[in-house]
Amino acid sequence: MVRRLFLAIAAILATAPAAAEPQVDPLKSPVWSDLAKKVFGEAPYVFDDAVKVSVPHVVENQAQAPIIADARGLADVKRLIVFSDLNPIQLAIALEPQAAAPFVGMRLKVEQSTPIRAAALTADGTWHVGGVYLEAAGGGCTSPAAARSVANWWDTLGEAQGRVWPAADGYSRVRFRIRHPMDTGLAKDNTPAYFIESIDLKSESGSVLATLKTFEPVGEDPTITLLVKLPPNETAISIDGRDNNGQIYRANIPTPRTDATSRQPS
Amino acid sequence: MNGARPPRTFDRRSLLKVSAAAAYLALLPRAEELAAAPLNYELKPTKLEDGIWMIPGAQDAITMANGGAIANISILDTDAGAIIVDTGPSRRFGEALVKLARELTGKDVARVYNTHFHPDHVFGNQAFDAKVIAAPQGVIDGLKVAGEGFADSMYLIAGDWMRGTEVVLPGVALTSDVEDFGNRRIRPMAMRGHTESDLVLFEENSGLMFAGDLVFLDRAPTTPHADIERWRISLANLGGIPHNRLVPGHGPVEEGDRGIAQTRAWIELIDAMIKDAFERGLDINEAIGLDLPEWTQKIAVARYEYERSVMHLYPVLEAERLPKLNNKS
Ligand SMILES: [Zn+2]
Repeated sequence: MVRRLFLAIAAILATAPAAAEPQVDPLKSPVWSDLAKKVFGEAPYVFDDAVKVSVPHVVENQAQAPIIADARGLADVKRLIVFSDLNPIQLAIALEPQAAAPFVGMRLKVEQSTPIRAAALTADGTWHVGGVYLEAAGGGCTSPAAARSVANWWDTLGEAQGRVWPAADGYSRVRFRIRHPMDTGLAKDNTPAYFIESIDLKSESGSVLATLKTFEPVGEDPTITLLVKLPPNETAISIDGRDNNGQIYRANIPTPRTDATSRQPS
Repeated sequence: MNGARPPRTFDRRSLLKVSAAAAYLALLPRAEELAAAPLNYELKPTKLEDGIWMIPGAQDAITMANGGAIANISILDTDAGAIIVDTGPSRRFGEALVKLARELTGKDVARVYNTHFHPDHVFGNQAFDAKVIAAPQGVIDGLKVAGEGFADSMYLIAGDWMRGTEVVLPGVALTSDVEDFGNRRIRPMAMRGHTESDLVLFEENSGLMFAGDLVFLDRAPTTPHADIERWRISLANLGGIPHNRLVPGHGPVEEGDRGIAQTRAWIELIDAMIKDAFERGLDINEAIGLDLPEWTQKIAVARYEYERSVMHLYPVLEAERLPKLNNKS
């Protein structure tokens, strides 16, 4: 604990000059210093390998580039965000892991090859930034959602799917998918922005596990992976989403029974 | 035949949307490759036997370095004229192929077959008269829908190699059980699994079986339009057809069934790995990160194609297998 505190102080001291002199971006992005100001404001930040971003070597569908942001290497993460330097809308998702690991898997629309960043805000007020360069051919943000070409997309709007896996290392894995076009408002067909903007995960007894703010760059039919800390004997996780038109999406994901006799493939 | 349209350029192409049909994208070219590439296909035919040659494709992804020439292309000499099996990745390749077929056979082209609609197999069509290009209706329909998207992707990946290339649909929908060329008779067989419509050709005189991309050998199979279950059935059917040697879509020509067995082993492997990853709750990037078994190390571009396959197949599994939830009101 003391050591952690010392490190935190050291980090603050180390980053103090950052306000005057921006950190050297390991990905050498031309927009980094402006972007950092926009995202972090006056808050200090450090580039930190403890914040990992995973992307495939090859992304052929720019409307659904899979991304994992993982800050489990840090303690006391209050907020984990994912953003990309060269997308027209940079911020994709923000996770507050109240009772969850600082980890999120999701899919992102990318307009072109771009650095993909994850930044974790720790309790000391410092942002820890990790990132990778994603090679892509472009078109993800300005292409109409695939659902738009399906006549009855409205029928499936908000349909939810999901599953919870038994806890390992204290965290239960939860994956869910919500049918939604996630229109950016930038497509050439002039469809206005229409996207899910928040998703809250709660235990059945009402305690907040994680809250997500989602933005236009999240891929159509958001498909999310989280690691949550479930209180004992919970039978379901509730997901509570809202889109920018005020539409509410609620669903319950049953949790697996952990006693051996009732374990069954679902 | 498309002279009225302006040639496509890399710049123009890069402005177009590609995501919807960019199913064949490979790694993007590096600028230095772009500058250094000698834009001239050197077709090196291997003689399979008297009157039959194959131009082996590079056992690689489509890159700026190889100009997309990754598929096997065959030329057969017949009494009726030259037969071409698949036309390669670009207009330029197709033109070189016409010239080579003339040199080897001394005859005009009597028939061109397209084994399926993937761009590395059909984008040389432009060098031939559409009236001699034959394929099952499913191949024609597929190319009609996806051709422009493939062209966009190919321009992005292979750049100037693609200059002037346009989609040309086969003019003949294959329906007959046998095509007679005098000294050679070809039995076309419509199958599916690698794509919605895959054409297999058996040549009676030589006993050669041209399997298209239903069979890959020593190069990992691609899955952007695959139906694994159908593919399994087609491989079983292929294994039941007696043949002297098999010409895979990618890889060496051999006697026996090593290509069929290896292709089956690969699709079973990735199908099982991907389903298992899903059932364990892995996110798509975690599934991508899994180790492949030792035996795949001698298969060209194994990791590259595995990653692509995860991205093709995982979203389908999520849509089908994540349990539906009762929405609360
Ligand atoms: Zn193919």
